[in-house]
Amino acid sequence: MQINDLLNRTSEWLKGTGPNSEIVISSRIRLARNLDKIPFPHWAAKKQAEDVLQKIEQVKAEVSYLKNATVFRLADLDTVDKQFLVERHLMSLEQAQKKNSKAVIIDDDEVVSIMVNEEDHLRVQVMQSGLNLLEAWNIINQIDDRLAKELPFAFSSEWGYLTACPTNTGTGMRGSVMLHLPALVMTSQINRVLAAIAKLSFTTRGLYGEGTQASGNFFQISNQVSLGQSEEEILNNINGLIKQIIEQEEQAREAMLSREKAVLEDRVNRSFGILKSARIITSQETIELLSMVRLGVDIGMVKDIDLRIINELFIITQPAHLQKLENKKISSQERDIKRAEIIRSKLKI
Amino acid sequence: MNCDICGKNPATVHLTEIIDEQMNELHLCEECAHQKSAQMEQQFGLGDLLGGLASFEKPAMEKESAALKCPKCGLTYGDFKKIGRLGCSQCYVAFKKYLGPLLKKIHGSNIHFGKSPLKAVKVARKKVDLQELRNKLQKAIELEAFEEAAGIRDQIKQIEAKAAEGKDMKEEKNADQ
Repeated sequence: MQINDLLNRTSEWLKGTGPNSEIVISSRIRLARNLDKIPFPHWAAKKQAEDVLQKIEQVKAEVSYLKNATVFRLADLDTVDKQFLVERHLMSLEQAQKKNSKAVIIDDDEVVSIMVNEEDHLRVQVMQSGLNLLEAWNIINQIDDRLAKELPFAFSSEWGYLTACPTNTGTGMRGSVMLHLPALVMTSQINRVLAAIAKLSFTTRGLYGEGTQASGNFFQISNQVSLGQSEEEILNNINGLIKQIIEQEEQAREAMLSREKAVLEDRVNRSFGILKSARIITSQETIELLSMVRLGVDIGMVKDIDLRIINELFIITQPAHLQKLENKKISSQERDIKRAEIIRSKLKI
Repeated sequence: MNCDICGKNPATVHLTEIIDEQMNELHLCEECAHQKSAQMEQQFGLGDLLGGLASFEKPAMEKESAALKCPKCGLTYGDFKKIGRLGCSQCYVAFKKYLGPLLKKIHGSNIHFGKSPLKAVKVARKKVDLQELRNKLQKAIELEAFEEAAGIRDQIKQIEAKAAEGKDMKEEKNADQ
């Protein structure tokens, strides 16, 4: 597989087919794993980091989920390629920034990806559409078991999996759910909800994980604690919390529909109108307007448009995706024009 | 003896905690003890009070800890404090004394309950943990260290509750199928 092959595909998690996909975009689980006694990536010598990467390339064939996966070495990728992978949620911003023996392994349907030599030797990630942490766990657990047979993972029976940063020690697991909460934002209830989430030791982040701002009413919620609870317990807790947030968002949507239907209709249709007719549009404006249209699709106000198209638009209107589609580097003004063009063509009814 | 925190008032509250056979003592004046516990209760909840106190380092201890070096990768505890990342898996052994309380502070617990590369280890480990804790509890009661005993008792309860929960979950799963 070449990076460009990804361009014409829709990632599995973007299909909008999973449970609760009217509010939940995707569920993601990542496991941090390290090889015993070899220095963690930030502290490893060049040769040691290279050895880790080669070991993983060797065992890849043993894992059934990775049979058709491709290894992309960061050193072989240009800036646009790297940003492209970040936009597709296949790799973190941190991984894109340095390149010594770093790699990302991506399977065909983009369900599984493994970052090699990021903060830890291995960061295995599984993504699913909608609220589906259990299925994600089912897959990642099998991959992890298989890898553990081939690789000597750093593990202590007292403290669990040993990671570069003690905030990941234990299960090494982070479960994240990406939510779309426009009604809670519009009714100014979101801060109350976010404050409650923080109290329960969960964290909220933006679309692109650590260090990114929430935008376009998207919020990524994940567990903070990784030690002292089993993986199932942690995931059950996230699941329970997310279900409550979904309920709150549903209530807020119903309240708006019954009390201010005209206002809501106006906002959704204006947003749709702009997207269908704009000739120049920034990525920030795109995200905000798409968020409104997505809400319109969810509550049946906008018909004949598939959630999948909307989900896809969020990704392909990002800067690196546009440049890949154009097959060359283009300035941000040119991108704004190209972006508007793609949106118009996708939203044609 | 003066208080370990303010260094002014005489220490009247004495706390002792045993972690991995390491005994940590903390001597505080009434005022500092009160403040410290109020702070910690708020931040971590009652159950973590003792864990939080153990990670409180005296200036002398801080010097000693900063120089501590991992024999495998050469990273010092001082390096770790600066960069926030450990050097290799063996650092966890080299810095065990300090990392135990730190992990507890971060996660509210420093006992792993999740999966393991060798599944069989998990079950055996829980049994050992429980037995160890029961022995510790017995000792604490004999020494009349009731505060500590209460902490251990809570830990045992937690583990037992978790074991019961785990069973429930398995049964639920089976029922689903």
